[in-house]
Amino acid sequence: MSWVRRFSRTERTLHWVNAAGFFLLLVTGLILYLPRLSILVGRRPTVKDIHFWGGVGWIAALVLVALLGDRRGLLRTARDLERLQPSRLNVGQKINAILTAAFALLFLASGLLLHFGEQDTRFRWASTVVLHDGLLYASLVLLTGHLYLALIHPATRHSLRGMTTGKVSEDWARRHYPRWFQP
Amino acid sequence: MDGSEPKRYGRGLFLATVAAGLTSLAWGKPVWSRVSAALSPAEGLIPFVPTSGWRIYTVSGSMPSFDPATWRLNVGGLVEEELVLSHRELLALPRVTQVSDFHCVTGWTVKDVHWTGVRITDIFAKVKPTPEANGLQFVSAEKPYLDYLTMEQALLHDVMLAYAMNGEPLAREHGAPLRLVIPEMYGYKNVKWLSQINLVPEAQPGYWEYLGYDRDAWVGRSNGYHS
Repeated sequence: MSWVRRFSRTERTLHWVNAAGFFLLLVTGLILYLPRLSILVGRRPTVKDIHFWGGVGWIAALVLVALLGDRRGLLRTARDLERLQPSRLNVGQKINAILTAAFALLFLASGLLLHFGEQDTRFRWASTVVLHDGLLYASLVLLTGHLYLALIHPATRHSLRGMTTGKVSEDWARRHYPRWFQP
Repeated sequence: MDGSEPKRYGRGLFLATVAAGLTSLAWGKPVWSRVSAALSPAEGLIPFVPTSGWRIYTVSGSMPSFDPATWRLNVGGLVEEELVLSHRELLALPRVTQVSDFHCVTGWTVKDVHWTGVRITDIFAKVKPTPEANGLQFVSAEKPYLDYLTMEQALLHDVMLAYAMNGEPLAREHGAPLRLVIPEMYGYKNVKWLSQINLVPEAQPGYWEYLGYDRDAWVGRSNGYHS
């Protein structure tokens, strides 16, 4: 089988750092959010600290990967995301990537407001918690679709190889991304 | 390919999403209140909000546990007669019920909570506060949580010591077996896991007030909110 490179090392690192951070925050966030989990786990102050510093570390790690990695390649990808038409990524993947980036920024902003609002009324907004919760629900919708297509759906799950090894089969690329891969 | 430059919608989508999110800090809560009010008839059918609107906040590593055989409520301080109430004696006091909204200072609200419990005046009838008592200290079994009310605040018509919520004995996470309920103030004044009430010369800052929260936590007109 012949292979073609689809994702660079920087892109893959960015993806997995994002995924790891998201799952850490999802788990700790659900423990803080869902009463049954709060009761089961306890240790709220510790979980809260992990959630806050995990969030700060998550964004910092993403920025570091972008700065230390292939910046030129990432800019090319960003320019490609601008055009909502199929290329190396299809339109759904582009919308997913754009919304994921916007949600990360909004998660960070609302999370910081929640954290500092606890100590200072200038940062306290009654709707901050609604935004943070709304982002959780919206992210879960995106994540469910993303995981289904990447892990379960037979026609698309080969794409996971691209995000782990960086390469996909030429045959698969030709069938799914003809505007990107034409040998 | 027709050769024309494809539309650049990606940046627009990103900026619109961020703008919608940031502006929702101004409109999010009122809109969400309307949405949840519209969905409430379907509650039970659609587990849209798995928390029923509640979040469980604690300040220590674990929640106090409740044993009806050993639990006691101590009432002391500036009183003529100190009181030690067992759980059975608590339930034997005149019972009152009320429906009131519960507001958290972080922004969430649970509407129409059905509370059952006792009025503080019925406790006062037993302990007889002295004339010097102008405040009440509410001590939680969750150390080091405590908070205070002035005498005037504690005697508001809808303040109660609640031992049941929505027809069920108070759940552990809501402060079993007894919590303070003062609907006109934010949740942090509604001390959970009550173990002791002390009559004091005047109200002092409580747990969150030491961390910068307002001592008089009126809903909508304290802690930076102006409704």
